[in-house]
Order: sequence, then C-alpha cells, then structure tokens
Amino acid sequence: MNMKKLATAIATVTVALASPAAFAAWTLNMTPGITAISRRVYDLHMIMYWWCVAIAIFVFGWMIYSLVRFRKSQGAVPDTKLVHNTKAEIIWTVLPVLILIIMAVPATRTLIETDDASKSELTIRITGYQWKWGYQYVDSGVEVLSTLDHASNAARQLGSGIDPTTVPDYLLNVDHPLVVPAGVKVRLLISAQDVIHSWWVPALAIKKDAIPGFVNEAWFKIDTDKTGLYRGQCAELCGRDHGFMPIVIDVRSKADFEAWLKTQQAMQRPADPAAAAVATAGDAAAPTG
Amino acid sequence: MAYSATAESHDHHDHRPSGIWRWLSTTNHKDIGTLYLIFAGVMFFVGGSMAMVIRLELFKPGMQFVDPAFFNSMTTVHALAMIFGGVMPAWVGLANWMIPLQVGAPDMALPRMNNFSFWLLPFAFTLLLIGFFVPGGAPAGGWTLYPPLVLQGGDSFPLAVFAIHLMGASSIMGAINVIVTIMNMRAPGMTLLRMPLFVWTWLITAYLLIAVMPVLAGAVTMLLTDHFFGTSFFSASGGGDPVMFQHVFWFFGHPEVYILILPAFGVVSEVIPTFSRKPLFGYEAMVYATASIAFLSFIVWAHHMFTVGMPLAGELFFMLSTMLIAIPTGVKVFNWSATMWKGSLTFEPPMLFCLAFLFLFTIGGFSGLMLAIAPADFQYQDTYFVVAHFHYVLVPGSIFTIIAAVYYWLPKWTGHMYNMTLAKWHFWLSTIFVNVLFFPQHFLGLAGMPRRIPDYATQFADWNMVSSIGGFGFGLSQLLFPYIVIKCIRGGEKAAARVWEGAHGLEWELPSPTPYHTWETPPSIALIHKGGEHWTEDGDDA
Ligand SMILES: [Cu+2]
Ligand SMILES: [Cu+2]
Repeated sequence: MNMKKLATAIATVTVALASPAAFAAWTLNMTPGITAISRRVYDLHMIMYWWCVAIAIFVFGWMIYSLVRFRKSQGAVPDTKLVHNTKAEIIWTVLPVLILIIMAVPATRTLIETDDASKSELTIRITGYQWKWGYQYVDSGVEVLSTLDHASNAARQLGSGIDPTTVPDYLLNVDHPLVVPAGVKVRLLISAQDVIHSWWVPALAIKKDAIPGFVNEAWFKIDTDKTGLYRGQCAELCGRDHGFMPIVIDVRSKADFEAWLKTQQAMQRPADPAAAAVATAGDAAAPTG
Repeated sequence: MAYSATAESHDHHDHRPSGIWRWLSTTNHKDIGTLYLIFAGVMFFVGGSMAMVIRLELFKPGMQFVDPAFFNSMTTVHALAMIFGGVMPAWVGLANWMIPLQVGAPDMALPRMNNFSFWLLPFAFTLLLIGFFVPGGAPAGGWTLYPPLVLQGGDSFPLAVFAIHLMGASSIMGAINVIVTIMNMRAPGMTLLRMPLFVWTWLITAYLLIAVMPVLAGAVTMLLTDHFFGTSFFSASGGGDPVMFQHVFWFFGHPEVYILILPAFGVVSEVIPTFSRKPLFGYEAMVYATASIAFLSFIVWAHHMFTVGMPLAGELFFMLSTMLIAIPTGVKVFNWSATMWKGSLTFEPPMLFCLAFLFLFTIGGFSGLMLAIAPADFQYQDTYFVVAHFHYVLVPGSIFTIIAAVYYWLPKWTGHMYNMTLAKWHFWLSTIFVNVLFFPQHFLGLAGMPRRIPDYATQFADWNMVSSIGGFGFGLSQLLFPYIVIKCIRGGEKAAARVWEGAHGLEWELPSPTPYHTWETPPSIALIHKGGEHWTEDGDDA
C-alpha cells in the first residue's frame, strides 16, 4: 500500500469514526442522563475513571520501566538485598488510604441524595412480570401494561429471517411506554409478581430490583427540557425471555402529561362514552415511540 | 506418566498397581495432583465450549443458533463448570503436587481422604451435566441460583443441588487436607514465616473454603426444601424472603472469589522472584496483606446486591468496606513491582503469563474499585461492565496464573523441558485475544447492555462482534496448551533439578522428574535455609 492510499484510508476511518452515526454504534461511555442525580452519578463515574487512569499511569509506568531497565539481556545485576523498605511500604499503604477517603466523600454524598424520596408529587407502581412491565398511576388509578413491540418480537424469533437492523429500535421498543412528566418529582414503588426483575433506565441512573412480596422505592425528577423517549431493559435474569422485556419512558411536559393522564383515566373508566371517544382520538395522535 | 519410569528405578519400595486401578486407588499426592489437573483441564474445555456457544449467538443481533432458554443454560453451566470444575480443582491439584514438596513433607496428611475428595468430583459433574438430557433442560437460572427463578427449573434443579453438595464436600476435604499438612507435616526448621507464599496463600484459602462451603451447601439445601418439601425460606408468600438467599449466597460468594484468586497471588509471588533473580520484596507484608484480604472478604458481600433495596446505612457500610480491599491488594501489586525493581529479568513463559496477570488483574482491580461506588454501581450492576470486570480478574487473574504455574513446574514434574517457542506463542495469542474478548465488554456495559441476554439492540452490534472474534481466537489458542503439555510429558530435552536459574525453594532441591516418593527423610535445616524465602547467594538466612 503506498502512502497516498494509506492516507486516504486513515482519513476515511477518521471521518467514519467522527460521524454521529458511527458514534452511536461504537458508544464507549455511560450516558450523563436527564436528571440532576444521573449527572452526579455520571460525574462520580468519571472521577473514579480518572483516578484509575492516574494510578494506572503510575503503576504501569513503574512496571514498564522495570521491564525495560532491569533486563538480564542488558546486563542487569540483581540487588538481592533489596527485600524491604519501610519508608516505601508506609507510603504505598497510607497514600491509597487518603485517595480512598477523597473518593468516598462524593460517593457518600450522592448515595444519601439518591435515598431521599420524600416530597414526591406523583407515585407510580411498577410491577415486573415474566416478561412484561405493569405500570399503575396510584392517585388516578390509570394502568398500563408494557410489552415488547410486535416488530421486534417477530424479528427476534429463532430463524425469523428478519434482519434486526431493519427493525426500528430493535428489542428496545414497547407497545405502551411509561408516560412521565418532566420537572416533577416522581416516586416509583417497584415490585414483581413471579420472579425477581430489575427496572433499569440508564438515563435516570435508576436500577432497582423488583422483588415478589417486597416493595422497593426509587425516585426521579427529569429536567424540564429533556422531553422525549428514553429506553432501558430488565437487568435481573428472569427466565427465558429476560432479554425481551424492555422499558420505554415517554417524558412529556407537565401539561401534556396531565392531559394524557386525563384521557387515559376517561378511557379506562368508560362511564361516559363521549369521553372515551375523545380519549381514543387523543391517544392515536400522541407519539407512542 | 513419563516420570514413572525414572521413579521406578529410583525408588526401590515403590509398589503401586498398574493401569486404571493405580489411578482409582492412588493415595500418592503427585498422582492425585495430576488427576485434579487433568480433570480441571477437561472442565476448562467443557466450560470453554459453552462460552463459544455464547459468543457465537452474540456474534450479531438476532437469534441465529439457540433458544433463549438454552442460552441461559449455557451462561449458567459455563460459570459452574469454570468455577467449580476448572479453577478450584486446578488449584487443589497444584496444592497437592507442590505443598508437600515445598514444606518438605512426604505426602499430604490424609492420603485416603485425598483420594476420596478427588473421586467425588467426576460424580458431581456427571450430575450437573446430565441436566442437559432431563426434562426442562440444564440449570438456566444463573450460577447465582437466585430464587424464585431457580425454583422454576426442571428436573435438573435437584441434580444441580446434589452436584453442589458433592463439590462442596470435596472442597472441604481438600481444604482440611491442606491445613493439616501445612500445620503438622512441615519439615523441622520450616517455620511458618519461612514457607513459600504459595503455601501461605493456600493455607488462608483453605480456611476460607472451610468457612464458606458449608454456607453454600446450606443455602442450596434450603432451596431444595422450598421446592420439594413445602418450606418457604425464600418465598414471601410463606413469610420468607428471596433477598435472604442473596445475602447467604454472597456471604459464600465473595470469599469464593478470593478462593479462586489467592492461590494465584501465591504463584505470582513464586514466579516473579525466580525470573527477577531476587527474593520477594516484602515477604511478611505479603502474608499480612493476604490475611487482611481474607478477613475483609467476609464483610463486603452485599456489594453484589446494591440494587436490592438495602437501607442507606447498609449500602454505605458495604461500599466503604469494599473500598478498603484496595489497600491490601495495592500492597501486593506494589510488592511485586518492587520485586522486579533492580532485578535481572528474563521472560520465560511462566514469567510472561505472570506479567500479563500483573497488568490485567490490576485493570480488573480498577473496575472493581469503580463497582464498589454504590451510586455508580446502580448503572454498572448486571451489565457487561461487570462481566468485563470479573473476567479480567478470573481469566488473566486465575487462569493465566494456573497456566503460569504449570509452565513453571511442568519440567519438575515430567523431567522434560517443553517447547518454549510454542509456549510463547500460547502467551502472545492468549494475551492479545483475551483483551480483544473482554475489553470491549466495558464499553458495552457502560452503553447499557445488560448481561445474560441472548440477543441485543443493534447499537451493541459492533463491540459484540469484536468481542466474539476475540473469544474465538482465545478459545482456539488454548488448544496449544494441552498439545504443549502432552508433548512435554511424552519427552523432550532433559530438565535440570533447578529448572530455572533463579529458582529457590525446596522443590528445586529434588531431582527432575520428582521421584514417586519424596522427602521421606525431611530436608536438612541447611537446605531449608538455602531454599527459604529470604535466600541469599551463600545459603545463609538474611
Ligand atoms: Cu425481567
Ligand atoms: Cu464480591
């Protein structure tokens, strides 16, 4: 390969890597998410990462230096008396302790923050089933059952012959997403019917086990400008179709959310046929992801 | 085996049955060590082929080859086979071979029990593996056996429980044997703080085994009675608690992680000094660091369960206690680095594998430290980030050091040198492919791919394909290992008693191959001082 061809190849690869589509596929890192907490978790993750990089540079640098410098083939003579050095040993015990303390402070602070679910304005019950999610808006009684969408389900059958890349949001799409308001503190009560599942939406930095017979609590408050669809998956092995029970949250403005909730309420209790008709029309117009 | 011919002529009173009966009835620590190592080797390939099925199905998105239920069986049995069939028996095999040689004992203290503890294993794994042929298929609830899911298993569920009982009994007997041997059979003058670190780390490992294997046996027995006898230890509807199982399981599970890795620390502490031609730096600090890690391993278990909904105080405690493990682990890594400092290094295959350990295990340690941070763990838990983490500590951690140990002592066992060039090929292929295999899994986990799924969203496709290519490369390159070992057993250049120029320790004072019976008269104090951990050129104790 001549230099010109090589340069073209490198340029092509660079452009490909720099394009947004390629970035989407070759994702390297965690999402900073859409809540204050998720950003704190992301920051914590990055702080830990950079600490590890710094320690790695020191430790690996030391090792590599020894590997290069003290080779027998280069005539290195061993210093067999060097088996102990109190000063060095104290340093490499105490220094890590200090670094760990520095790491523990923000970690503890974030942990305490994630734990405080008080003063929530909306409560949603989440129930894990083999293999779907049930959502119930506790105050209004609205219920939503959320399963893998038809297109993904058809494509994921063994020998379906359907190319997954032709299915939009393959395996990350559901028939009915969980609709939530932005800018409102929402409390989740998470449980399960049959086996343990785990409700995980990376954009919220929430992963909480859904355990039959027990109720777990979590909360989030999404930034008002972060409306849209966000996706997650069941994270605890729950049997044959564990890989096929995704989670989609549909974040709407507070007003849009309330309107949606009202139509759902009317539709699920069709005492008044007129309200039900309006609700159906409204639902069809709404984006379902 | 090849050494038997020499051993026969060397040892006049060496009566043993021939053929298969020799292996069934043997009470010789070398024979039993060999049996353990062969068994472990077979199980590595059994568990490894399951990993190949997993990587094949994950090569691209869409279900191409197996049913999701069978995929779950693959991940479950892969883990059980590798942990209980591969790594643990390999370490017991090495303990059997080396501990008597290294402490100057004629054999293990309880030779008949030694035979029994090995021969339980084939039965245990027959029970586990016939699960593939019974109604409901092989266990598919994950190696962690969480209820209620595990209780949905078919007929293979009780088989797996009995298999675990047998493995546990075998491990406990093996551990008792190691402790009694080390405590009672050391040659006069072989004081505790003169023992090679492989002996030290195995002594501590044996205590861990005795402490936690009964806990696992109890936990799976409660699963069994929940399933068949109407108890409800782990069922909320009967007043039990499924999370209680996780606490009990991980009380076993975290020390188990150190059962798999502490003997590796021992091997690295033997190999690095040998090929640095320098005694181990900070011998006593190494012993204390190992003991501290073992102690800490009992108080960190719930870091595997940060998402189950523990009270804040619990999460804090387990986060902070887990972070503490970094301190003794750091001491070890620094001591190994200091051993190489001002050494005279050569790079034979055992050293190469231990160097890969040093770098890659440290990477696994970094991801472990990140996983300890509870709020961040909410994102990492049950993703490929965790899969990458524990494979970095188990494959280049435990398995590479098992390979290093075999390459280190194989000439001693067989009396022959093996093919160094091929072994270096084995090293380079393994080290390159293990990174291609597992490094991208960090990215997959951070990007949001859960573990234990047979199919995935298309944005995970590229790194999965890279990982699978690494997996196939790694799997294929391991075929070199049995080829090199078998060729070495059959013949080869004659090995010297002190196989490696810088090797110190009692085993190198024996001829290669080692006779069938060794140290029937204990080594002299002079020999112990010469070979001891604080060796000097003239044989005096420093
Ligand atoms: Cu699930
Ligand atoms: Cu652990």
